[in-house]
Amino acid sequence: MSLSTKKESEDAKVRNKALINEVLEAYPEKLAKRRAKHLGTFEEGKPDCGVKSNIKSVPGVMTIRGCAYAGSKGVVWGPIKDMVHISHGPVGCGQYSWGSRRNYYIGTTGIDTFVTMQFTSDFQENDIVFGGDKKLHKIMDEIQLLFPLNKGITVQSECPIGLIGDDIEAVSKLKAKEYGKTIVPVRCEGFRGVSQSLGHHIANDTIRDYIFEKLDGKSVAFEQTPYDVSIIGDYNIGGDAWSSRILLEEMGLRVVAQWSGDGSIAELEATPKAKLNVLHCYRSMNYISRHMEEKYGIPWVEYNFFGPSKIEESLRRIASHFDDAIKEGAERVIAKYKPLMQAVIDKYKPRLAGKKVMLFVGGLRPRHVIGAYEDLGMEVVGTGYEFGHNDDYQRTTHYIKDGTLIYDDVTGYEFEKFVEKVQPDLVGSGIKEKYVFQKMGVPFRQMHSWDYSGPYHGYDGFAIFARDMDMAINSPVWALTKTPWKTAAAPDETVETTQSPLKAD
Amino acid sequence: MAKLRQIAFYGKGGIGKSTTSQNTLAALADLGQKILIVGCDPKADSTRLILHAKAQDTILSLAAAAGSVEDLELDDVMKVGYKDIRCVESGGPEPGVGCAGRGVITSINFLEENGAYEGVDYVSYDVLGDVVCGGFAMPIRENKAQEIYIVMSGEMMAMYAANNISKGILKYANSGGVRLGALVCNERQTDKELELAEALAKKLGTKLIHFVPRDNIVQHAELRRMTVIEFAGESKQADEYRQLASKIHNNAGQGIIPTPITMDELEDMLMEHGIMKPVNEALVGKTAAELAAEAAAA
Repeated sequence: MSLSTKKESEDAKVRNKALINEVLEAYPEKLAKRRAKHLGTFEEGKPDCGVKSNIKSVPGVMTIRGCAYAGSKGVVWGPIKDMVHISHGPVGCGQYSWGSRRNYYIGTTGIDTFVTMQFTSDFQENDIVFGGDKKLHKIMDEIQLLFPLNKGITVQSECPIGLIGDDIEAVSKLKAKEYGKTIVPVRCEGFRGVSQSLGHHIANDTIRDYIFEKLDGKSVAFEQTPYDVSIIGDYNIGGDAWSSRILLEEMGLRVVAQWSGDGSIAELEATPKAKLNVLHCYRSMNYISRHMEEKYGIPWVEYNFFGPSKIEESLRRIASHFDDAIKEGAERVIAKYKPLMQAVIDKYKPRLAGKKVMLFVGGLRPRHVIGAYEDLGMEVVGTGYEFGHNDDYQRTTHYIKDGTLIYDDVTGYEFEKFVEKVQPDLVGSGIKEKYVFQKMGVPFRQMHSWDYSGPYHGYDGFAIFARDMDMAINSPVWALTKTPWKTAAAPDETVETTQSPLKAD
Repeated sequence: MAKLRQIAFYGKGGIGKSTTSQNTLAALADLGQKILIVGCDPKADSTRLILHAKAQDTILSLAAAAGSVEDLELDDVMKVGYKDIRCVESGGPEPGVGCAGRGVITSINFLEENGAYEGVDYVSYDVLGDVVCGGFAMPIRENKAQEIYIVMSGEMMAMYAANNISKGILKYANSGGVRLGALVCNERQTDKELELAEALAKKLGTKLIHFVPRDNIVQHAELRRMTVIEFAGESKQADEYRQLASKIHNNAGQGIIPTPITMDELEDMLMEHGIMKPVNEALVGKTAAELAAEAAAA
């Protein structure tokens, strides 16, 4: 069911209401009451999406959320490439977050950069009982010995650290003094907060307290220009920040820092001297952007580099903070890429137009990627955030159509049911969801990691995005999946029918 | 051999738990019972009178030295003292770091897995003052101590602690099988001590199993790191501990689920016995100077 006409939107609202009621019926009364507040349909003109968010998940519903440690270690701090990030606590959290989120970086791993390495204090029973501070001392000494080119260390706390009250601040302070390097203790124990969102906030606060505050009085020396900007909230997944950075540079700006994909501690330290912070992932880095605005008077502007329409809009919005040279630069960049983008659209739009998409992702993507799909003639009919807050749902209203199905912190059951009934042509979510939907015969793309592809940001990214979506939806594999019991029951069916996509059965 | 009995001594810090428990267990050993003492206090002073030692090497300190608790053998941690009483101390971190509660859990698991409970009639846990977290509640969880003996006195805070421990027992009584065995009053020579102890026992739905009188001979024995039973077996005080031991021995299976009371009820009880005067609410929170000023004005 499309949402392109008034009638279709109204029909979708009726269908969504029935669908939500059907889903809630399966729950015990108390759970149904709680979940009802997180499910809804967007009504044109409303200030938000009409759902509650940032509330504790109900145990047992297979939430897709992560924890505060994931938010700090996995998202904000992890990509800072020239610091060593210690997963402090038992080995599991470090082991399972090893390898990063494909935050690409330039450097020699193990020599001057460490992103894809894994450092853990590997807590044993004794460390719990007697405290892990002595071990932490030792690890920091070993890091200095083995990796002398590291520019600093962060201590990413796992749950037990908070439970036993390990004094990581004291150890960090002592070792920072001893080695003359920045050492940041981060209290991102997983049990804190309702999702990874608190971890982002905690990590932002530690950058403020241990990077910015330490700098006060002495500034970082570099030659400034009126065009210095910092990219905030781009984690360079599959090279996203690189394909964004070149556009800013092409229009005449100078990027002095990347937060935090392919980022370094020197870039963090330089940021208070930027003229403008350009913010991609609002959810994970609005805190530090607001702080820099208040403390250093640096304005920040949100942008969206998914798909040519939003890129154009964003380049102009960023340029509006600068002089005519930059404004002209933005127009030049837009004009330069227009024919290239038109070629991409001409190639893929005929294959993708009218296809419906349902999304469920984190951060900024549940709204930011909608424009890219629309550039290809596709339509997003349902979306939701893993760990969004109300300000995310407010921002989403600028992207979605009347009648869009909204599901906050969706449960495994709800998501399956919604997809089964809405019958989208593509689902975009994470690895845990991928195989469920593919087995249902629904094409799928992982929209956390770009399914090992990317980049998706910028003009270069859009060409890859369009190819990947086409590959998922129009793959011949869907025609090869058969429904044996149907074939057996109807032996006289034609070959064409039995080879039709499973979901059409 | 009779079924293994697991008991535990709880009570306010400094009330004389370790002294009372070691004397009682020594008396039980005299009766031919085979006993294992598990000290669950980071101070590790639950076995010194039995072993004549200052402090026994603890499971956790040995584990830390060896690498981990898996590197230990039972023989490394268990010492044998008076009348073949087996002694282990859980131990724990220095004050202010780590998690002593987890230490208790680690130690008890180690003892169970390594068969420390085989071939004994009694396992006795001696647990630090208050049930501050799940670790220190370990001995009252399922399949551990069946009966808890709370050592108390006529002091307000000792009774308050006894009531709190009863709350802990109540919490686990329904999920596991733990019961309140009885109260043991260790005389402090406060006003109407026996009367109060009996009244509290009644309120909690249990009994005062024995009133242990104060006697300096306990101090003399302690200075020699001995129980009174061993130091002066013929003394009157030794006889008191023997009585307590036989009462506990005969109390098997007679524990109850306690009925802890509120702080207000506890205060009411003290008032009933004339220990505490009814509080004049008008005086609460006023300094001596303020009261003097009011008196002058009146």
